[in-house]
Amino acid sequence: MGRYILRRLLQLVPVLLGISLLVFAFLHLIPGDPAVTMLGDRATPDAVEKLRERMGLNEPLPLQYLTFLGNLLRFDLGTSIFTGVPISKEILQRWPATFELSVVAMAIALVIGIPAGVVAAVRKNSLVDNLAMGGSLLGVSMPVYWLGLLLVYLFAVNLQWLPPSGRIGINASFAPITGFFLLDSLIQGDFKALGDVLSHLILPALTLSTIPLAILARITRSAMLEVLSQDYIRTARSKGLKEFWVIGKHALKNAMLPVVTIIGLEFGTLLGGAILTETIFSWPGIGSWIYGGILQRDYPVVQGGVVFVAFVFVLVNLIVDLSYAFLDPRIQYK
Amino acid sequence: MAIASPQTRQARLLKNRAVQRFLESTSGLIGLGLTLFIVLAALLAPVLNPYDPATDRDYAARLQGPSLEHWFGADGLGRDILTQVWYGLRTSLVIGLVAVLIGLLIGVALGLAAGYFRGWIETVIGWLTDVMLAFPSILLAIAVVTVTGPSVVSVMMAVGIVQIPKFIRLTRSMVLSLREQEFIQTVRAFGARPPRIVFLHILPASLAPLIVQSTLAIGTSTLEAAGLGFLGLGAQPPTPELGTMLSDAFKGGYSLTAPWTIVFPGLFITLTVLAFNLLGDGLRDALDPKGSR
Repeated sequence: MGRYILRRLLQLVPVLLGISLLVFAFLHLIPGDPAVTMLGDRATPDAVEKLRERMGLNEPLPLQYLTFLGNLLRFDLGTSIFTGVPISKEILQRWPATFELSVVAMAIALVIGIPAGVVAAVRKNSLVDNLAMGGSLLGVSMPVYWLGLLLVYLFAVNLQWLPPSGRIGINASFAPITGFFLLDSLIQGDFKALGDVLSHLILPALTLSTIPLAILARITRSAMLEVLSQDYIRTARSKGLKEFWVIGKHALKNAMLPVVTIIGLEFGTLLGGAILTETIFSWPGIGSWIYGGILQRDYPVVQGGVVFVAFVFVLVNLIVDLSYAFLDPRIQYK
Repeated sequence: MAIASPQTRQARLLKNRAVQRFLESTSGLIGLGLTLFIVLAALLAPVLNPYDPATDRDYAARLQGPSLEHWFGADGLGRDILTQVWYGLRTSLVIGLVAVLIGLLIGVALGLAAGYFRGWIETVIGWLTDVMLAFPSILLAIAVVTVTGPSVVSVMMAVGIVQIPKFIRLTRSMVLSLREQEFIQTVRAFGARPPRIVFLHILPASLAPLIVQSTLAIGTSTLEAAGLGFLGLGAQPPTPELGTMLSDAFKGGYSLTAPWTIVFPGLFITLTVLAFNLLGDGLRDALDPKGSR
C-alpha cells in the first residue's frame, strides 16, 4: 500500500510539470507584449519597461520557466498587477470561501442525488424513475449561472426570503477565525451569525450542486441496476432478507465504488467550476477572483488561480484513487 | 438482378436493427425532434425574422415585457429579445459544431496514433491528455481565450481544445481493443500498411462510439461556449450570442428587474443542450447498445 501511494505520487510529477509548462506557455503565447497588454496601449515605454523587468520578461525563456517553477515550489505565484497583493496570500484568503461553498454544494448533491438514484433503480421504469432521470438530464443541460440568476430573481428579489449575494450580512459583527464561516460561527457559539451564513450559502450552494447532483443520481442508478442483477442479491432475497436490508446493506455498499469516483471528480470540478456561480453571487472565493482577473487583464491572477485550481483538482483525484483501498479490499495494489 | 453478398446483407441487417432501436428510443426521438426544430430555426432565422439583431432598436420599448409586438420582450438597448435569441442560437450552434469538429479531428488523429503505434508516441500523447484533463474544462477554455482574445473564433478553438483529450481517450481505447482482433490481424498478415489498416479498417469500426460522443459533445460545447460568453470572453457586440445576452442582462442589473432578459436566452441554451443530450442518448441506444445503461 505504501509503495502504491509512493508510485502514485511519483506519477503526479510529470502531470504537475505539464500543468506548470502549459500555464507558463499561455502567458507567453499572448500575442504582443504581455506588459503592454496589461498596462494598455497608452502606457509610457518607461512603465512598460519597468513592468517587463518586474515580471522577469527580459530574461531568456528557459530561465523564465525555471524561475517560474522555482517560485511555484515555494508557493510564490507573483503579485497581482492591480492590487499589488501577493497571489498566494490572496489564494489562502479566498480558499476557505470556495472550499466551504463546494463542500455544502457536494453535501446537497449527495443527500438528494444518491437516494434519487437508488429509488430510480429500485423502481426502474416507474414514474419516479422517469422523473428522476428527466430531472437529472435537465440538470446537466442547464447553464448553472442561468439557474443562479433565476433563483436570485425568485428568492432574493421577488420573495425576499434569502440574500442575493455575499457570504454574510454587511452589518454582521462577526470575527472569522479559520475563514470557514460555518465552522467559525459554530466554534464561537454565535447562532445568529450561523443563521446569517447559512442563509447566504443556500442559493449559491443549490446552484453549484445542480450538475454533481444530476450526475450522481444517474451514476447511482446505473451502478445500483448493475448490482441488483447479481446473484448474491438474489440469494439475499431468497433467504428471506427484508428488501430494505437487501438494498441498503448489500446492494448500496457495492454500488458505491463508481459513485465515489464521480464524487471525487465532481468535487474537483466544483472547486474550479465555481467561477460562474461565484460570479453570480459575488462570492468572495477563488472563482470570482479569477473572473476579476480576466476582466482587468491581471494575468498573474489568472495564471496563479488556474495553476492552483488544477493542482487541487489533481490532488483530489489522487485522494479518490487512494480511498479505493479502504472501500474495496479486493483491489490489489501491486 | 444483382445478388447482395453475405457481408452486404449483414451490414444492412445491422443498420436496420440500429434504426429500429433508435425508433424505439423515446429520448432519441424527442432529441431528434428538438434538434431538427433548433437547427431549422437557426437556419431560417434571416428568412422568417427579417430584423437585423444588431441594428434594429426601439428605444421606446427599452426593457418592455413580453407583448404581441415583442414576444420575448425587449432588452436594455430596446432590441427585440426574440430576434436576439433567434440569431444567438445560430452563433451558439455554429460554435458548438465547429468546436466538436476541432476536437474530433485532432483527438481522433492523436488517439489513432497513440493506440496503433504505442511506444513513446503513446507515452507523449498520454501525458498531454493527462495534463489537459487536469484542468477543469471551463478553466482550460478560459486560459485559451485569455491567449487568443475574446471572439467567436477564440471560443470555437477554446471549446474545441477542451474536447480533444476526451476524443483521444475514446479513440485510443477503441484502437487498443480492435488492433488485437482477428480481422485486423488478418489484414496485417496480408501485408497491409499501417495507414491503410488504421483508416480503412480500424477507423470505420470505431465510428459508432465516435458518433455518440460527438453528438453529446455538441451539447457540452454549446454549454461551455455560453459560459465563456457569460464571462465576457465570447462573441463581442453586436454579434448576438446566448451566453453574452445573459452576461449583458446580469452586468446591466436587468436580471433583477426585467426577468425576460434572462429567461429566454437561458431557456434556449438549455433546449439546445437538452436536444443534443437526448439525441446522443438515443444514438447510443441504437449504435452502441452495450454502452447504454
